[in-house]
Amino acid sequence: MSPPNSNSQKSMRTPLGRVRGLGSSNSGTSDFWRQRLTAVAMILLMIPVIVIVMSLLGRNQAGAAQILGSPLVAIVMLLFIVASVWHMKIGMQVVLEDYVHDEKIKLVAIMANNFFSAAVALASIYAILKLSSGV
Amino acid sequence: MALSIVHRATGVALYFGTLLLVWWLIAAASGPAAYAHVQAFTGSILGRLIAFGYTWALIHHMLSGVRHLVWDLGYGFKASEREWLTWAALIGGIGLTVLLWIIAYVIGGGR
Repeated sequence: MSPPNSNSQKSMRTPLGRVRGLGSSNSGTSDFWRQRLTAVAMILLMIPVIVIVMSLLGRNQAGAAQILGSPLVAIVMLLFIVASVWHMKIGMQVVLEDYVHDEKIKLVAIMANNFFSAAVALASIYAILKLSSGV
Repeated sequence: MALSIVHRATGVALYFGTLLLVWWLIAAASGPAAYAHVQAFTGSILGRLIAFGYTWALIHHMLSGVRHLVWDLGYGFKASEREWLTWAALIGGIGLTVLLWIIAYVIGGGR
């Protein structure tokens, strides 16, 4: 019986590397997949988010807080925040890995990217939750 | 067409632009005074320009990204198809941005 992927014999990869399927970055294709997953999520959320932002135009803080704090709007916003921050964190890491060649600076930059993305996510989520709880 | 660098540039711009979105959401959660500051900024010429640029970056990045999703699925690699997808992202990005701002002005009355 031939193996299911018989043309894999032409592969340059070692048997162990093929079994792990993780590649040289040790994270496999997870970032690649998540970048697409979050992109599609944001495409699906784009129209609701545009409607929400449009509904906020010209309103004062009380009006905006009421809309942003209503359950459906808050959930859409939270989904969009999670998808976008995840997406931008991966995207920025790809840009850094492409253009920053000094290993130490690259490490610091990737770390800063993670900190920035986490801070943006938590601050936005905190604001939405605070508006939702009405305190 | 060298649009892939525009995709990256708009992505980086959107990345740092999230600071403005965070400022806006925190202000809404903080109270009337903080929110009035944001509205004073978004109502200024500079604020309007940044918001318009941010809208374009977002829409363009999305359409340009759809192009990449089409390629991921294995379609659109012929020269004519690549050209078409690229122009669609460019023209669609500008067109949709202008359309959204027209709607915004009609709804918000320019506020």
